Amino acid sequence: MSTASTVSTVGTAGHGVVRHRRRWSLGEVIVPVFAGLAFIYLMVPIGYTVAFSFNNAGKSNLVWKGFTLDAWRNPCGAPQVCEAFGNSLKVGILATVVSTILGTLIALALVRYKFRGRALANLLIFLPMSTPEVVLGAALLAQFLALRVQPGFGTVVIAHIMFCISFVVVTVKARVASLDPKLEEAAADLYASNWQAFWKVTFPLLIPGIAAAALLAFSLSFDDFIITNFNSGNFTTFPKFVYVSATRGIPPQANVIGSSMFALALILVVAIQVIAAARRRAARR
Amino acid sequence: MSIAAALSQGAEDGPVGGAPAASATKPARSGAYLMLLPGLAYLVVFFVLPVFSLLATSLYVPAPGGDIGQFVPAFHWQNYVTSLQEFWPQTVRSFVFALIATLAALVIGYPIAYVIAVRARGRTFLQGMLLVLLVAPFFTSFILRTIAWRQILADDSFVVHAMKWLHLLPSDGRLTATAFAVVAGLTYNFLPFMALPIYASLERMDSRLLEAGGDLYANGPTTFWRVTLPLSMPGVVSGTLLTFIPASGDYVNAVLLGNPTSTAMVGQIIDSRFFVVNDYPTASVLSVVLMVAILILVGLYVRRAGTEDLL
Repeated sequence: MSTASTVSTVGTAGHGVVRHRRRWSLGEVIVPVFAGLAFIYLMVPIGYTVAFSFNNAGKSNLVWKGFTLDAWRNPCGAPQVCEAFGNSLKVGILATVVSTILGTLIALALVRYKFRGRALANLLIFLPMSTPEVVLGAALLAQFLALRVQPGFGTVVIAHIMFCISFVVVTVKARVASLDPKLEEAAADLYASNWQAFWKVTFPLLIPGIAAAALLAFSLSFDDFIITNFNSGNFTTFPKFVYVSATRGIPPQANVIGSSMFALALILVVAIQVIAAARRRAARR
Repeated sequence: MSIAAALSQGAEDGPVGGAPAASATKPARSGAYLMLLPGLAYLVVFFVLPVFSLLATSLYVPAPGGDIGQFVPAFHWQNYVTSLQEFWPQTVRSFVFALIATLAALVIGYPIAYVIAVRARGRTFLQGMLLVLLVAPFFTSFILRTIAWRQILADDSFVVHAMKWLHLLPSDGRLTATAFAVVAGLTYNFLPFMALPIYASLERMDSRLLEAGGDLYANGPTTFWRVTLPLSMPGVVSGTLLTFIPASGDYVNAVLLGNPTSTAMVGQIIDSRFFVVNDYPTASVLSVVLMVAILILVGLYVRRAGTEDLL
């Protein structure tokens, strides 16, 4: 609650407000404290993962055996870790590029045009998002089995593009819908061609939405386990490698890769925040 | 906050008291269909057709005289009866666990969203940093985080020792391999999916409404129940769906944090029917049942909650 409201209530009402204000200030403390605890709950396993990347563990990274930088010095030291990581990057990049292009085109068409079958198109985009991963994975596997397709790299990429498209569509759609159509109309008056109006005005304004969609697609693909597990055969991605080695103990190198990705993403996002803050300050001036 | 914005806006598009949408103003030209075609065709080939394959496979019968894992097409509806007779406990359990995890995530996630969107309102940088913390789990592998929980809750871990010392846990009690651990893991893993859409709908809420609520009802809790919560319902609906749907099909938590008997969820049965015993029809039956049950539940819920924005 803003201070303005508290002040105005004090101004309008008499005695009773004092009690209300005290009750409210209790909530003022409890809610942030509760949220703070929730944030700690969110952070605990991440902290654990980072801490155990420094564990002098050898092969089975289960109990703390002392601090070492060994795993960080040699992140590919454990068999298969870097291969699986590389596979995940390859799949993630391919799935991101294809799903971002396909999804952005759909989003643009959905927002800007009226057409028959619109409800059906919306349903087709909504359904994969409201279907649990295990069903998506099982359905694709049933299809690949029926067609006698050998699962591997190709089938994983196909599956990842499929589940990323819908998320790209909804993300870009939100951005397209928030654009003022007058901007493009104005551009059309100035530039004459629709094509130019799109590329010189609309597209640059859509870039943040498209970038957000691509980031989301990449993180969904990179972190996917269940659909991948159904359609990968002997092909191993990073999450699959971690899951499979869970029974024998995960090498600390996996924690190194997990921690590095975390640090990289964190730096990226914080940098975006700082740049945005600087821009706001510049704009205010 | 790209990912936050992405998830939250994506979850319930359509402006909620925001800017007017530039929606569907022009009649379609051939260009519109050309833009739709590649993506929608992709979804038809790799989503719709596979679902029909799944339906077909669910009715297959073992090939006469064939090896294990060989089936022939049939319309053996009996598969549904036998599969559900054998695996109804796991199927029901999946929905129960998912429901509890969804409620827990709502109770934990709503205050997070509220603090970021309402309490930190106006302090853009603080808001940004809190959002970074909220989406931070997305940046580490979800399998790694689940395994971290397994080790944190392990029998000889600090947490278990501390809880036994405080008599919060009986001396022979354990956390790992229990239903509690599975539900806690599900809650943890899908918490950001709950909090982000709620944050988005609170964020879009006009500050003046809160102030008006403050003027009308004077105290904070009443303003919250009468103004804030109803206005954030679209976010609550998307958040609960984004938590419940993946949680009900998840089996990573059940496998890593539970035990194979009393906490088994339907996802792990589907997985093991496919890969361990090569019983494709049963796996397909359970997948179809899971999908249909969720579609029905989601349909009822969305209708009851009165938001059509999801589509």
